[in-house]
Amino acid sequence: MRLNEAEKAMLNGDKGGPLQRAIEQQIQVGTFFDAEDFVPVAQAHIMADTESLGEAGVAFLEGLAAETKSENQVCIPTITDPRGADFQTFERINHDPAYVALEKRADVAFRALGILMTDTCINYQTIIPPVRGEHLAMGDTGVVIYSNSVFGARTNYEGGPSALAAALTGRTPRYGFHLDENRVGSKRFRVEKQPEDWSQWGALGGFIGREMGSYYQVPVLDGIESAPSSDDLKHFGAAMASFGSTALFHMIGVTPEAPDLQTAFSGDVPAATTITSADIDAFFKSYAMDDDGLDVVVFAAPQLSLYELQRLAKLLDGQTVHNDVALLIATSPENKRAAERMGLDDKISGSGAVLMEGVCFYQMHARELGEANGWTRLMTNSAKLVNIIGGYGYEPVLSDMERCVASAVAGRIVK
Amino acid sequence: MSARIIKGHAGIGPKASGEALVADDNFSARYDLNRIEGVFSRPTHKLFGQNYVGKILVLNIAKGGVATAWMFHEMASRGMAPMALLLNYANPIIAQGAAFGGIPLIDRFEGDITALLKTGDQVEVEPVTGEVRLVGV
Repeated sequence: MRLNEAEKAMLNGDKGGPLQRAIEQQIQVGTFFDAEDFVPVAQAHIMADTESLGEAGVAFLEGLAAETKSENQVCIPTITDPRGADFQTFERINHDPAYVALEKRADVAFRALGILMTDTCINYQTIIPPVRGEHLAMGDTGVVIYSNSVFGARTNYEGGPSALAAALTGRTPRYGFHLDENRVGSKRFRVEKQPEDWSQWGALGGFIGREMGSYYQVPVLDGIESAPSSDDLKHFGAAMASFGSTALFHMIGVTPEAPDLQTAFSGDVPAATTITSADIDAFFKSYAMDDDGLDVVVFAAPQLSLYELQRLAKLLDGQTVHNDVALLIATSPENKRAAERMGLDDKISGSGAVLMEGVCFYQMHARELGEANGWTRLMTNSAKLVNIIGGYGYEPVLSDMERCVASAVAGRIVK
Repeated sequence: MSARIIKGHAGIGPKASGEALVADDNFSARYDLNRIEGVFSRPTHKLFGQNYVGKILVLNIAKGGVATAWMFHEMASRGMAPMALLLNYANPIIAQGAAFGGIPLIDRFEGDITALLKTGDQVEVEPVTGEVRLVGV
């Protein structure tokens, strides 16, 4: 990789050990992907729940936090993805206090590096939205795909250690979606029926994600008749990124780099794969159960927006969650406060539901939570969550928000 | 003939050798593994129930989320990591995780690596040159 004077100084250790190690790691990754040089980034976003970090990762962060203050601070605005434990509600869900203690240690270490603990995967809805052409180091697949696709910003998947390195050096290797040539569409899909709710948007995204053959494939979706909402695109993108390893999509007439098919494909337009209603029905059926047993209903992945919380509050108003079932909801700290101020939390929590902040269900030791609470059968409206949670020992069921709430109240799956 | 060389793109991490565990399926540490017990735990994965610890893991592409970048480091700290990872296509997360966790990684081979190797093969992995040596062929 070609380095400028500042980068050479970092690599030589002139700027201290933390920057030297960070840029060494970045050069390894850049070389792996044939990056020619670095690109400055405006924000970094770090995924760092303790389920992924473990004791070893937390000890690494504490070691970094103990280094000389003038050498270990992030140099660009740097925010965090959901934590692995909610400090307020952990006792209600039998979350092992040892995990909560580990999470607190990570929190202290991150703050010492100058990182803003936003604890959110919907920073584009709640903190600062990206700008078209802005280079970023975003550390959550849902955030990456939304930033690239809906805003036209430029970021690769930056895993925790990589986003942290970018936060320290203020740059990232220029490969992947930082480059024009990799942002061109590679596969075309045409939708036959418009998705009607968030679970259907997620299913559509998940269906396309499954069809993707590598990180570098860019799906182009044609046939969307009216502009989706931010929450529609949130579920669509998060599921696509989860089922694939997809970092950018184009939606003709909706997303900024796809005013028409010719522009999205930069020339020749390939034939489309049509996604039928039967395809989407089959996707839902692959996450359906024969019997109506139910242990836990989860709204998360991604965290809920204020509008999603409002809809949930309306559905739960005056209702009581069944004694044999838990209803869990994850949102950002900002939205939790807003929900409290606006009277939504009274209706949600008043039903017996647990409104958690700054976490996401699959990032909080879901296997151990399942064992501690006897949860196996899980119902959600998140296509992303049903994809992930099977590996944690759950039997996931995908349905819409209304049926999920009705099921939580009935204590069994309502079809 | 005592060895066969399979060429890939220059990789990440130190040289390694061991026994291959191969499947024509994809990979995410968060989605697919029980990292405490060291086995594949996603019921639909072709390696479901198989132990990957100390194995040269050979799979198709990286899928899913960002957590793998931290998880390799955490798995290695407990001696519960694969010996190396050979993929047809890695994504940035796998590469970042390999760099941070010191796990050998090579991808972009001259052919489909999940077809060129089979479970039980003894292989040597040299990320600097991007070469995989199939021993005893």
